[in-house]
Amino acid sequence: MTAIRGGTATPVAPPLPRPDGPVSAALLAALAGGGPLAPGAVGDAASQHPYGRDAQLALYVLYELHYRSFADLPGDREWDPDLLRLRRVLEDGFLAALRRDVPGGRSAADAFAGLLTESTDHRGSVAHHLEHDGDLAQVREYAALRSLYHLKEADPHAWVIPRLRGRAKAAMVAIEYDEFGAGRAENVHARLFADLMADLGLDTAYGRYLEQAPAEALAPVTVMSLFGLHRSLRGALVGHFGCVEVTSSPGSRRLAAAMRRTGAGPAAERFYDEHVEADAVHEQVVRRDVIGGLLADEPHLEPDVAFGADATVFLEERLAGHLLGRWRTGRSALRAPR
Amino acid sequence: MPNGAERPTRVVVTPDGPILVEGPVEVVGADGSVHRSDRFVVALCACRRSRTAPWCDTSHRARRRPARPGPAARDEGGDPA
Repeated sequence: MTAIRGGTATPVAPPLPRPDGPVSAALLAALAGGGPLAPGAVGDAASQHPYGRDAQLALYVLYELHYRSFADLPGDREWDPDLLRLRRVLEDGFLAALRRDVPGGRSAADAFAGLLTESTDHRGSVAHHLEHDGDLAQVREYAALRSLYHLKEADPHAWVIPRLRGRAKAAMVAIEYDEFGAGRAENVHARLFADLMADLGLDTAYGRYLEQAPAEALAPVTVMSLFGLHRSLRGALVGHFGCVEVTSSPGSRRLAAAMRRTGAGPAAERFYDEHVEADAVHEQVVRRDVIGGLLADEPHLEPDVAFGADATVFLEERLAGHLLGRWRTGRSALRAPR
Repeated sequence: MPNGAERPTRVVVTPDGPILVEGPVEVVGADGSVHRSDRFVVALCACRRSRTAPWCDTSHRARRRPARPGPAARDEGGDPA
């Protein structure tokens, strides 16, 4: 098959990244060499900081085995029991840290109340910064880091579909159908993002910017797969999805303005313009029917729905702190190439 | 399944937001302009503050001053889904 640049049609899986600590080193050695995981890796995983880049990179790579995987890997590593054991230890650490760092026991209404109003304090807002102050270089960095999610946009959320029923399932599938272009490949949101990247002169190859991503940019992506791949976390996945949809429309309006101001290009403007309109709809449907439907069926999941939303806010704030801290001091937010 | 006599178009009035209408729709504005959408549901602006009228852009939302002003003010504008 031929690699086609300029769209997510690129069939070539990305190369394995470089390791960034003992856990990712052991994992990547096992993947690249086709051999077993080194015996100490699971123990190392338990002692790594769950938000640190070694643990986050290892989780990212382990999850990616369930999506498009990496070049030259046998397909069955996805279900390698040793790798799943490592993943479980990393996930337990990540979940425990998130449960420690976000408010617990909240109602879904409490978790969403703050998201459904617009703050007049914009100091912590990346979208506001890019709308008013960011330059084209910062817009390009933002797109490069977000590409780790947007080139598989809505994929992590598809895992939840068989775990829903009735109203929640019908509504979730309707939103996902919209995300996946409503039957038209050229309108798949991941494809619209690849078009945005092409406008910005970025490489649209899947996973291309993993090496440049700091830990803060990996965690908002790994958390989606964490919630998506565990049936027991279906409430958190739905809460996460609701949070993203609710906050997207106003953020996308600012980012569309940033694209226009920096002259990013028509496809870049279109990506965010489309999300202003689409996510104003998705927000209503996800709150009324996906969250409402799930909680009508399984009311005991309400604290998980709130947790999913709160964890998303927490990880997005960490990323915003990193981006704004770098940009406001005139530095790049990307990891330096080695 | 297309809308028809057996399955009328559903219009949902939300408590404080847009009016939801099953698509595809064609909306004719007061000035005669025609807006089309093929989306499964569209959200029609009911507050008249939308900058993307006739579609909702969430401009109906209340604004608030932060409860705890400080440099850690929340990032209210999220990345799209």
